Amino acid sequence: MTAARTLFEKIWDAHVVAPESTDTPAILYVDLHLAHEVTSPQAFDELRSRGLKLRRPDRTLATLDHSTPTLPANADGTRPYANAEAQAQVAQLETNCREFGVELHGWDSAERGIVHVIGPELGATRPGMTIVCGDSHTSTHGAFGALAFGIGTTEVGHVMATQCLLQRKPKTLAIHVDGALPAGVGAKDLILHIIGTIGVDGGTGHVIEYRGAAIEKLSMEERMTVCNMSIEAGARAGLIAPDETTFAWLQGRPRVPQGDAWGRAVAQWRTLKTDDGAQYDREVRIDAGTVKPTVTYGTHPGMAIAMDAPVPAARNAMEQRALDYMQSRAGQPMQGSKVDVVFVGSCTNSRLSDLREAAGVLRGHRVAEGVRMLVVPGSEAVRRDAEAEGLHEVFRAAGAEWRVPGCSMCIAMNGDLAQPGQLVVSTSNRNFEGRQGKGARTVLASPATAAASAVAGVIADPREYLVEVAA
Amino acid sequence: MRPVTRLHSRTAVLPDENIDTDRIIPARFLTTTTRTGLGKLCFHDWRYLPDGSDNPAFPLNRPEAKGCAIVVAGRNFGCGSSREHAPWALLDYGIHAVLCSEIADIFRNNALKNGLLAIVVSAAEHQWLLANPGIELSIDVQGQYVVLPDGGRIGFELEPFARHCLLEGVDQLGFLQQHADAITHYEQQEKAA
Repeated sequence: MTAARTLFEKIWDAHVVAPESTDTPAILYVDLHLAHEVTSPQAFDELRSRGLKLRRPDRTLATLDHSTPTLPANADGTRPYANAEAQAQVAQLETNCREFGVELHGWDSAERGIVHVIGPELGATRPGMTIVCGDSHTSTHGAFGALAFGIGTTEVGHVMATQCLLQRKPKTLAIHVDGALPAGVGAKDLILHIIGTIGVDGGTGHVIEYRGAAIEKLSMEERMTVCNMSIEAGARAGLIAPDETTFAWLQGRPRVPQGDAWGRAVAQWRTLKTDDGAQYDREVRIDAGTVKPTVTYGTHPGMAIAMDAPVPAARNAMEQRALDYMQSRAGQPMQGSKVDVVFVGSCTNSRLSDLREAAGVLRGHRVAEGVRMLVVPGSEAVRRDAEAEGLHEVFRAAGAEWRVPGCSMCIAMNGDLAQPGQLVVSTSNRNFEGRQGKGARTVLASPATAAASAVAGVIADPREYLVEVAA
Repeated sequence: MRPVTRLHSRTAVLPDENIDTDRIIPARFLTTTTRTGLGKLCFHDWRYLPDGSDNPAFPLNRPEAKGCAIVVAGRNFGCGSSREHAPWALLDYGIHAVLCSEIADIFRNNALKNGLLAIVVSAAEHQWLLANPGIELSIDVQGQYVVLPDGGRIGFELEPFARHCLLEGVDQLGFLQQHADAITHYEQQEKAA
């Protein structure tokens, strides 16, 4: 009889090509390699300089997302790139994909979008897989019970050439989320609360498995939001065991098994969940019932609190510097702080359910005078679905800008950015200094909080707007 | 990669905790398609004033920090994105080692693959190093220790394969390619299953 194993250990064991020893790491097989324009060009060059081919183009999928403009094409068909370098970077990926035979979801694809949005949409992301990408938010795919993590460009080259990576086995951290989230409190509030609790380095060296009653109740989109931000706690990856919610979401998507093969796949996926009695290296318990609408007040995602709670006093010069940068005042809540820009988008919160959540708050309201609001769908598929149900009209009627899919203001390298000193309520994942533009001040929040803050002109509790709708 | 066996330098201190990859190299510079010449962009928004002149408040701009190849940084250095542009920028800027009580996983991996010594020391030793900037240190990769000015030593852990690759200048891709048969075997088994 085999020993009880965790979800992580089952996936790890199934992908070991050569086991680790004292002297060498394990060689781990990669089922799916996702690529985008920013972290791949140097790896393609490495292959070229060594005269190597891509080992498995059929296990490689590329898209354009980071450097791409989110304004529509010009009348002459050209794209309004931020600069010539961004345009050249996109052209380079197009050339590289042609030369190496990689499927690229480029400008002409109806499936183009943020790499972590389209993988699941296409059913390319499936339970039990190993998935890597030169992007730290690859942890998103863990929502499906896939071991998914970000790698550097040297490793991107390793995967291109060998479909494998050299890896030491990480430790495991179970985060049990007991109880139920209160009404009007969502997955983004939960993950900000978790990072605020365990810290921005609380997961370093570990793969997190999120589990417990509150996690099981989350939709797939919500699970993706939670797993997406695992890296913001320093974790290698985040995982959630696949269940009926997962299977229902995946069934019928283009790249999942069809017919009899579907049933066999599901039967196999059911065996992935952590065995009773399996041991984790560490365990943490979170009570979902205590989570409130949560926002960040400092310059990393661990500086997160309930929006109505007083900002804690700085414990050292660095925390004081963070408060000064953000113009956050110790003892005062973030709720009520004046807002300049609102961004709804990013691989954390740009899916249809996120847009519905924001539109639900905005419907019948206007974005406050002096506030700029940008809504950027995660993919062309999300854009189509949102427009089919009229969400774009809700955003436009409220005075928000409805854009073309891409990473946009989350990483602010495509020209979508905030001005120095502006306060941005953002549904993205990083509130580092300058992340959304030099000197810009980022407050991370849920789509509902972002929308409520856009309407109020100050950081606002979305539950007040939801009550209004319900009444 | 060229072999990296030892490094001798004075230290400069960046005491901030959680120095993220956006501070090391802001995302707007990631439109490059090469890995060279990023040193001038390293710590860009911290290092330069809006008019482009050196920011005197940036610790590495101080005269005594010039030429220091070893940086002692606050806890959790390199957190954030997977961009390998961060170690590329640091190396091109002249920083060849980062000593810290905790270093973010992906950054550390990327750093070691490029010959940047990302070294974790104990919290107590870290505190001491932070409190004593400008001292001469020798880092010995073979022996896995740092030699202090008084001859004392601080030991450190280094993943054995990363250490081997540093010492021999071994290319990790070459190592993986040697296992082509095992990879093919794995793929055949997978197909049969």
